[in-house]
Amino acid sequence: MSVTLLIEQILNGVQLGTMLFLMASGLTLVFGVMGLINLAHGSFYMVGAYATAAVTASTGSFLIGLSAGIAAAACVGALVELLVIRRLYHRPHLDQVLATFALILIFSEGTRWIFGSSPMRLSPPSWLTGFVTLPGDTRYPIYRLMLIGVGIVISIALYFLISKTRLGMRIRAGESDREMIGALGVNISKLYTVVFALGAGLAGLAGALVGALQSVQVGMGEPVLILAFVVIVIGGIGSIKGALLGALLVGLVDTLGRVYLPIFFRAFMPPSEASGVGAALAAMLIYILMAVILAFKPKGLFSAHD
Amino acid sequence: MTNNTSSGVAHAPLVGKAGSSFDRKGLVQITLLSLLLLVPIAAYFLGHIYYVNLASRMTIIAMAAVGLNLAIGYGGMVSFGHAAYFGLGGYVAGISAYHAFDYSPFMTWPFSVPGSDSLLVVWLAAVILCALLALVIGAISLRTTGVYFIMITLAFAQMIYYFANSWPTYGGEDGLPIYIRNTLPLFDSSNALTYFLICFTGLVLAMAITSRLMKSRFGAALTMARLNDVRLATAGISPYPIRLVAFVVSAAITGLAGALYADLNGFVSPNMLSWHFSGELMVIVILGGVGRLYGPLAGAVLFIMMETFLGGVTQYWQLFLGLVLLGVVLFAKHGVMGWLAGRERNE
Repeated sequence: MSVTLLIEQILNGVQLGTMLFLMASGLTLVFGVMGLINLAHGSFYMVGAYATAAVTASTGSFLIGLSAGIAAAACVGALVELLVIRRLYHRPHLDQVLATFALILIFSEGTRWIFGSSPMRLSPPSWLTGFVTLPGDTRYPIYRLMLIGVGIVISIALYFLISKTRLGMRIRAGESDREMIGALGVNISKLYTVVFALGAGLAGLAGALVGALQSVQVGMGEPVLILAFVVIVIGGIGSIKGALLGALLVGLVDTLGRVYLPIFFRAFMPPSEASGVGAALAAMLIYILMAVILAFKPKGLFSAHD
Repeated sequence: MTNNTSSGVAHAPLVGKAGSSFDRKGLVQITLLSLLLLVPIAAYFLGHIYYVNLASRMTIIAMAAVGLNLAIGYGGMVSFGHAAYFGLGGYVAGISAYHAFDYSPFMTWPFSVPGSDSLLVVWLAAVILCALLALVIGAISLRTTGVYFIMITLAFAQMIYYFANSWPTYGGEDGLPIYIRNTLPLFDSSNALTYFLICFTGLVLAMAITSRLMKSRFGAALTMARLNDVRLATAGISPYPIRLVAFVVSAAITGLAGALYADLNGFVSPNMLSWHFSGELMVIVILGGVGRLYGPLAGAVLFIMMETFLGGVTQYWQLFLGLVLLGVVLFAKHGVMGWLAGRERNE
């Protein structure tokens, strides 16, 4: 147990947190503005990753691929909003869950049909491979540091978008009173499509960036989607600030738990049992965290809707 | 308010229709149930064991959906985590058989609990453990409502999924085989038809319990808790314990179905606990018609038929399932039973 390990794991936790934030911010915006629970958000993550992998493979440029991935996810998002989601705003949550579950099935099987079952290759560009040496002799992959950087840039950009621009003003107004801004002459349906596409684009960005780190395959969005749900429930549904803090909290707790719980149990258990118990408990840790937070604050830490 | 009166007028002619559709509804229900009973019996004597096991699967999944329907349809509690109870029931059957098979105790402290290969013991344990789990999860989750409830039930199920996945003693992500099906006195449970009839009896019992429960005072209170919990509270009944009891009963039914499912397949794995299964169970309830006694049965039959026959035609059958489901949610809110048997009178 060394300082190097600790620094490295904290960075990994922050990196997971920033990627979760990209997912969670879209989910929480869509819920906050439209009151819609969207299970298909993980599909946009997958679409972004696949489009990036396909375009990168044919053009040879990761950046072109990445832009294509974001654009594809945003376009698919807008299309889905126009065709399906639009009909669900006034429906009960049960219908929303089922319709978006149906969308997951359609997207997953559709992708398997087009691209096949085997994972696609997507690797970071050569100028982002390699390591940097951080203070304390920690060697850390440049690509992961870049992910943290992207996360920070997006967070700041979202902050400015929401609090300083006209679109952001409309989004905030939509969160607090949907009917009123419609009455004031804002084109609600256009606003909804834009917000939905924005969230989908962010999910696509996250999918493409993480896809280069792990693998691009069908169903890759689902574990992340559920983590993102935990994030927005912890943070308070509808709150971007809550999503950011929740994402960092979940990222850190999950990463550090997986490393340190087995070490912790090894102190007073035989090593073979300790790693089993530690791993099992670490896998449950964020859900326990969520249950504890909800037991004290049933609406999450920063709820936008009271 | 004007809307209210106009819809009252619009509904007036429907009263006659609802009365005449009662017979149609009874006919559809009896046909459905007797087909489910007679087709496997015929298949068995014609030597098609595959179809008998398929019918057992339909029956078990229908029973799990009957449990979920009590929570979603009658109680208005959109649980996205019923796979937890289904999987726990399955693991009870698996773990019990595992210890009975190699004569090792399940636990030695504070008292010794041996494994058992008796179905009755397994069922009892599955029902009790699922009820206890649901009591804990329900007690916390029912403090929240709406989307929070959906997500927190999902999160608890995921927690148990990951636990089963990473706990190495009982197979972890590889799952746990049941080498010899658990046994029942007097009956030969390893016979496909006998096992189907056991499952069928379980399904009918689960439906009978649901029906009796919903006709009782408790059922009236549960309906009111769904429709207007403030009004229920004004009548002097606190909604929270009503919902909690319904949630626990719902989980126990689904858990019993899980135990039956594990013994049918001779195998338990974390897949039974996955959120995909929770979703499929919801899909079955909705496809069949939410809040209707025979809805889960119709939904399960349709779902398994699609899986078997569409799945035989194309490996991408879930794409079509998705399209059908989307169509049902967007355009046909009352499910298969609504379409076959007419609307419920209170709709």
